[in-house]
Amino acid sequence: MQSSFSLSCSQATTVPRSNYTFDSLPFAPSKPINLRFCGLRREALGFSSLSRSHFRRGLQLHTPTRSKRISASLVDNGSPPKSFDYDLIIIGAGVGGHGAALHAVEKGLKTAIIEGDVVGGTCVNRGCVPSKALLAVSGRMRELQSEHHMKALGLQVSAAGYDRQGVADHANNLASKIRNNLTNSLKALGVDILTGVGTILGPQKVKYGKAGFPDNIVTAKDIIIATGSVPFVPKGVEVDGKTVITSDHALKLEFVPDWIVIVGSGYIGLEFSDVYTALGSEVTFVEALDQLMPGFDPEIGKLAQRVLINPRKIDYHTGVFASKITPAKDGKPVTIELIDAKTKEQKDTLEVDAALIATGRAPFTNGLGLENINVVTQRGFVPVDERMRVIDADGNLVPHLYCIGDANGKMMLAHAASAQGISVVEQITGRDHVLNHLSIPAACFTHPEISMVGLTEPQAREKGETEAFEVSVAKTSFKANTKALAENEGEGLAKLIYRPDTGEILGVHIFGLHAADLIHEASNAIALGTRIQDIKFAVHAHPTLSEVLDELFKSAKVEAHVSSQVSEPVAV
Amino acid sequence: MAQLLKTTFLPSSLPRASTVRSPSIHISTHRSRTTQVEAKIREIFMPALSSTMTEGKIVSWVKSEGDKLSKGESVVVVESDKADMDVETFYDGYLAAIMVEEGGVAAVGSAIALLAETEEEIAEARSKASSSSSSAAQPASTSSSAPEPSQTEKIAEPAGPAISKAAAIVGSAVHPASEGGKRVVASPYAKKLAKELKVELERVVGSGPMGRIVAKDVEAAAAAADAAASLAPKVGTTVNPPSGIELGTVVPFTTMQGAVSRNMVESLAVPTFRVGYTITTDALDALYKKIKSKGVTMTALLAKATALALVKHPVINSSCRDGKSFTYNSSINIAVAVAMDGGLLTPVLQDADKVDIYSLSRKWKELVDKARAKQLQPHEYNTGTFTLSNLGMYGVDRFDAILPPGTGAIMAVGASQPTVVATKDGRIGMKNQMQVNVTADHRVIYGADLASFLQTLAKIIEDPKDLTF
Repeated sequence: MQSSFSLSCSQATTVPRSNYTFDSLPFAPSKPINLRFCGLRREALGFSSLSRSHFRRGLQLHTPTRSKRISASLVDNGSPPKSFDYDLIIIGAGVGGHGAALHAVEKGLKTAIIEGDVVGGTCVNRGCVPSKALLAVSGRMRELQSEHHMKALGLQVSAAGYDRQGVADHANNLASKIRNNLTNSLKALGVDILTGVGTILGPQKVKYGKAGFPDNIVTAKDIIIATGSVPFVPKGVEVDGKTVITSDHALKLEFVPDWIVIVGSGYIGLEFSDVYTALGSEVTFVEALDQLMPGFDPEIGKLAQRVLINPRKIDYHTGVFASKITPAKDGKPVTIELIDAKTKEQKDTLEVDAALIATGRAPFTNGLGLENINVVTQRGFVPVDERMRVIDADGNLVPHLYCIGDANGKMMLAHAASAQGISVVEQITGRDHVLNHLSIPAACFTHPEISMVGLTEPQAREKGETEAFEVSVAKTSFKANTKALAENEGEGLAKLIYRPDTGEILGVHIFGLHAADLIHEASNAIALGTRIQDIKFAVHAHPTLSEVLDELFKSAKVEAHVSSQVSEPVAV
Repeated sequence: MAQLLKTTFLPSSLPRASTVRSPSIHISTHRSRTTQVEAKIREIFMPALSSTMTEGKIVSWVKSEGDKLSKGESVVVVESDKADMDVETFYDGYLAAIMVEEGGVAAVGSAIALLAETEEEIAEARSKASSSSSSAAQPASTSSSAPEPSQTEKIAEPAGPAISKAAAIVGSAVHPASEGGKRVVASPYAKKLAKELKVELERVVGSGPMGRIVAKDVEAAAAAADAAASLAPKVGTTVNPPSGIELGTVVPFTTMQGAVSRNMVESLAVPTFRVGYTITTDALDALYKKIKSKGVTMTALLAKATALALVKHPVINSSCRDGKSFTYNSSINIAVAVAMDGGLLTPVLQDADKVDIYSLSRKWKELVDKARAKQLQPHEYNTGTFTLSNLGMYGVDRFDAILPPGTGAIMAVGASQPTVVATKDGRIGMKNQMQVNVTADHRVIYGADLASFLQTLAKIIEDPKDLTF
């Protein structure tokens, strides 16, 4: 262990990241991420940082921790043998809980999942899934309405129109279809779905039940909290669900206002601006930070603003808070009072038809019974270490209790929750695993899409400065891509941030056609530790959009040589 | 590791230096060219974004004239042969004058804008931009490689807009929307349009909820301003004849004018008569407003309505070729008279009864474009079976058209105007009404035919729901 420390962490210090304000952006880490590589890495050239210094030093690479597991199991063996109802109970059947349950069954664990609402959680019912249905519609509308675009392709389309109810039904049908798929997959695998609100009574003990019915108590060897999050509504904002709404209401698309204010220009706000403007609304963004789209790589943000904001029927106020939002009533419009984010001075009042609150999401951890096990939430988030183990008020790990997904706030993304769940199941079935959050991609499904993985350029430069390595940037444009030009969608940029000395990929950001699908080549490379000098030899089909990344990797200038031949040349 | 770094720094630090300094590719060119000793007015140049780039196109100005700039801020987006890139300023100051407008192309190294250091110098920079740059630029030319002639050329352009903009700002700001006119409530698109069309929002009266200014208010204001602008020179033209006409000379007909002359004389051989009708157009106007954004024109709507009425009255669509028979035409082709430079053309909307209104509008646009370019094919102007002539846009309320030979009827359409009318329930109301007047060949079309045709047409226009199918 010591040797691995001296090798990997001689330069490693805490990366101060607090100056990046991510709070309004759920997919960006609202807490420091542990920069970690997953177990497949051969070398330990990486960096490890833990800025939550009040936690126990958890700087261990995967091999040394085995000793810890042994001691843990010794403790288990020392206590009187218990028999549990389940090997694993997961509280919350969202995407995180579902992913964990599937993996647990695969590992042979007897698993139950407790859900107080509907299976699928936010993502399936009130988030990613229905919003994609709306965005699919908005993308087509936008295309059909773009006379210039159609003409360039030689197409003639007479006036495009839409039926609001039809669009809303599409979103709703998609959600219920995916929900049924999730439910069926759980049932088919033999996961018990326990209906009711789950509360932790004590170590390894949970009660659940519906209001008005007697509670049931179940025990499990390990428990995973996966209760997710709800839309965050700042104080002063009165949500009536009709004219002042959150994403929960907006996804039902009950009406399309002429003019809607979207508070928050993170990815939720951006996606909704895409939907609303395509359906004919005009949009005003209210953003507390000084620029729109905080959290995106600045260069990508700039380009995105030029394509997604400036030419559309959108204007914006930056550096202001919406201090008070009153719903429309008695013939009066929705009023929004804006104050300066810094001086708190009254700046402006907006009178609009509707307001969408997209200021991020708050963890849903109330009533979870955390007090029974001496755990205190931080702004509602359940404190965990890098292995998702819950930490109690005294800074000690709570045995057999884990928390994944939005409830721990590490990275508020559905697929991150699922990955964390799988990581936890790996641990409780005897294989240590630390998830590398820097390899988790994120995407914003505007038209065109934005996607990213790893660090932004300023983050990478700062890290480079602290840890004394050089950072380089390579860029390619969609303008040079045959497939993009064939689609007449040449607007876009892919950006690679890397270490020229080692060829390590630090981050990739894409803005352009199908960016969300293109990012995985980069995120897989980061997850597997593939270097640029190796991946640049991989072949891409021509003509495809993936050649944007091909060109990106090839344009990087790496000093290190090919680390390993991918395969021996074989004559065919 | 450290050793690794040390070695890597040496060979590669140079080319990468620029990227390290600024967080993105924004390349910004600046050459401070103090033209006078005390005034700090700098020029922003078209940067070379790639080694192969010789000229760049201005995609958009991120900042507008008069905006304050701080070092590192994007000013303009430039399209090179490979990509669009933001160009940053390396100095604090004010964007005094834009010398190459959006969409314009400038050679690498030529000035595209002026940057003033203080607000006071903006005016100076503008005057510098508008005046011939020779005197100001001369002392500096030794220190600069900017091509002088191209600069002079470009400088001349923005002077006009800059001045008119400055003059426009003086306007008063009384707005009924809210708080006694202290605030302007305008939708995001209305604001964008206002900027684009150079309309002052303070002077626009909003028609949206609670007096909000919406896009169509801005469009209306811009149209009104255009009308005012086009009226102004007309006052002058009453005194001076339109340019291009030399008084006291005889000018022979052009081919087109000769054809018109022959046709007009020929028409005297046809015994024509006229029937007029007043049609209420409120519903048609409302429909037009609704589908205007989809590219539908009033001409297309009228042609469509006429064609639908003709379906029910085939005799109006017939003609008399030999003085002995009716020729019933198989298709309804509406010819529409269009005033062209020095003449008259009648592009034809074929099968106007069958083609949907959107296609018809597109077809009409295509025909007009072709007519302007003098590229109409014969079948596109001589296959009409019924002719429409509309002078409503000039404010003409009624007129009388001459029947083109070979057809049975022509309809003259006047302006639709708000009219006070007595309604059947004994009240007085305001309705938009237009007068139409049909001239027909009495050999085939009789008074009652025309009257019932007009009745049908009026019904269609007054309840225009069928027009959009």
